[in-house]
Amino acid sequence: MREPPIIRMLPDRRRLHLSDGPIDLIVEARGIPQAVQCAYEAAARRFITVLDELCAELPLLRTRASRGSPWPGGSIARVMARAVAPYCTTCFITPMAAVAGAVAEAVLAAMTAAVALDRAYVNNGGDIALHLANGQRFTVGMVERPDRPSLFGSFEISAAAPIRGIATSGWRGRSFSLGIADAVTALAETASKADAAATIIANAVNLPGHAAIVRVPACEIAPDSDLLDLPVTRGVGDLTRNEVSQALDAGEGVANELQQMGLICAAALSLQGDARVVSPLRPCLTFHDAPRSLVHA
Amino acid sequence: MSEAMPADTIRCDACPVLCYIKRGYTGACDRYANHDGQLVRVDPHLLLDRAKSQGTPLVPFLEREGAWDGKLAKPAETFLTAIGAGTTYPDYKPAPFIVSSEVEGVDLITVVTEGIFSYCGVKLKIDTDRHLGPERNFVRAQGETVGHVTTAEYGSQMLSIGGVRHLTGGTKSEGRVTCETLLDLCNGKEVELTIDEGAAVRVAAGQPPVVNGRREERMRVGCGSATIGMFAKQWFGKVDDVVVVDDHITGVLSEHQAGKMLGVRETGIAIKGRRSTPGRYFQVANPGTGWGGTDISDPLAILNPFKPKLAWPKLRLLMVSTTGEQFAYYELDEELRPVEKDLPNALEESVFRIRENCEPALTTVLFMAGAGGSLRAGVTENPVKLTDSVKHRITRVTCGGAPAYIWPGGGITFMVDVARMPENAFGYVPTPALVAPIEFTLGKKDYASLGGHMDNVRPLKEVLREKKRQREVASSPENPWPLRPPKPGGSEQ
Repeated sequence: MREPPIIRMLPDRRRLHLSDGPIDLIVEARGIPQAVQCAYEAAARRFITVLDELCAELPLLRTRASRGSPWPGGSIARVMARAVAPYCTTCFITPMAAVAGAVAEAVLAAMTAAVALDRAYVNNGGDIALHLANGQRFTVGMVERPDRPSLFGSFEISAAAPIRGIATSGWRGRSFSLGIADAVTALAETASKADAAATIIANAVNLPGHAAIVRVPACEIAPDSDLLDLPVTRGVGDLTRNEVSQALDAGEGVANELQQMGLICAAALSLQGDARVVSPLRPCLTFHDAPRSLVHA
Repeated sequence: MSEAMPADTIRCDACPVLCYIKRGYTGACDRYANHDGQLVRVDPHLLLDRAKSQGTPLVPFLEREGAWDGKLAKPAETFLTAIGAGTTYPDYKPAPFIVSSEVEGVDLITVVTEGIFSYCGVKLKIDTDRHLGPERNFVRAQGETVGHVTTAEYGSQMLSIGGVRHLTGGTKSEGRVTCETLLDLCNGKEVELTIDEGAAVRVAAGQPPVVNGRREERMRVGCGSATIGMFAKQWFGKVDDVVVVDDHITGVLSEHQAGKMLGVRETGIAIKGRRSTPGRYFQVANPGTGWGGTDISDPLAILNPFKPKLAWPKLRLLMVSTTGEQFAYYELDEELRPVEKDLPNALEESVFRIRENCEPALTTVLFMAGAGGSLRAGVTENPVKLTDSVKHRITRVTCGGAPAYIWPGGGITFMVDVARMPENAFGYVPTPALVAPIEFTLGKKDYASLGGHMDNVRPLKEVLREKKRQREVASSPENPWPLRPPKPGGSEQ
């Protein structure tokens, strides 16, 4: 029984909520009211076919990307394939590693093509596509664990920075990870690039063979997982400071490489309370610790 | 692909991804799951349906959507719980759901929110005589201190787990483990705890506790002295003396008032420990996990030699624990030494009767939290008025539809038996703190007068029409229906 997509405004009457199957987008546009309205209509129009477009070539998108992989037909699928291509010779990666970012990008593109906006974002479960007109900026908060809404840091992105995509990956997230990072946030030119890079860096934050890490073949949990029988992380016990540091070193090394290759602009890695930041862009990008405040019940 | 799938894997058809979902797992969306081979929607907004607990047949979730109309006719039979309602974090106002419904001619408002409680914990009541550990000693989970031993009451021992000092007052790891422990206990999962200088227990709400690897079956029928009192008549004439071994008060038939009344002859028995009143002894051994909550496995260890002036050869002695789980029968030889023999048939029944009178041993989990802070701002613009209204019982507080006991005094400190709440009602945030559902129900006029967010009130019918994230569950038959019109000064439990 195919459920129809959900298209509705959130109770704050500012943000648009689009949901269809596993895709769940929170969309916000800022600009003159008519422009916002027009952008939301464009977003909804684009959105209603997205899931069916992707599902039409799902087997291909779930197959390991390689130099000789056939090129998908759909526009979003092509963006996915392009985002994972730089990694396909060295890592196991499928185009699905960039699906969330690519969908966010496609919906944002539909909005900005329809009308001029001051700024806008499409947040697809933490993978975010951004639009910034000149002089505009975004403050983005980072969350270590998706099941807990507390910030471990925040940063600002100004229109001058070449960043229009943010993605977060980690074993606690909705997608499987081969690594042990609580969260890796990658900032890149596009959301799909950020998505693929965050996946790769999060996989690299790892302690292979460590006894405190519970790994299960992906297909034992989700029989149709694109990761087949690769061991995905299901639990990470307490690690010593040294072990945390060693795992973060591995991830940081990969993040530095990706940054030098131009695949990402910056990244933040977190594991069991420790964090690393790879950022050559400090002028455009300020990290600061968010106060750990709580509204006490 | 489908041929290779195990029998308990189903294919979800809610969207074109068509996920294969194994039993106990969710699909890619995390919203549909395979629950015992059935496709169900998970993490929905829970609706308590009164009709269900009154015996109306359950309608499977997916079939129900087509046949929804009948439900709308009687919205007062449906109570919207706060489970899945979302929270006001970080201070989003007003509360996610403020719902009105008409019950018995009275317009009622229910304010539904999931509160973030960093001031919270659970009190565990563990029905066991086995010594769990000295009072005030730490209780640990995964090696972290998560609470302490508070006290012992009749047949039970109490542990306090959590509380703000463990959640946020200790190390980060202590807070994280405490939060996990609380979450598991509140959601009915089993938790392993160790007590410093004491026992290791495995506990889950509504389940028998497992103490040092041994599952408790029964609570004791009473203390050793009370057991003598209850069964003296049944023993009289069938045995010369009975010792009921109990860490608290060990009872001796021939010295006990109940035995004297029946004319039981003195036997010259000599019990170690401190005599309280005739036939009642404290501290016959050390506390432990052996007979009757002592550390002994051989009951003769609590006896000194029989007094030769009073005792006689062939004297018959029954020793039994307060739950009847352990027992031994002896006869004295010519040197007045007890020699173990098979339990005579005539005594078997009395031992069985002790066991029969012991209630099942359980672990009970009371969630306790303070809702005195900014959560109230989601309900009213004038938070102290909500506190007053709760105290005067104009506002009823429920947790996932279960009644909450409000601890008198300042603030809104409430307690709820997690076993009366729907499954998996609790969540958490990393502060660390627990997320628990809380609903405030009161008359519409009263809500307006305490500065309620009247503009945000929506009729229940309208909320129910959204259907999407909702799931109906039967209300627990032992809970009072949350939408009885509240009466000032009325009893809530």
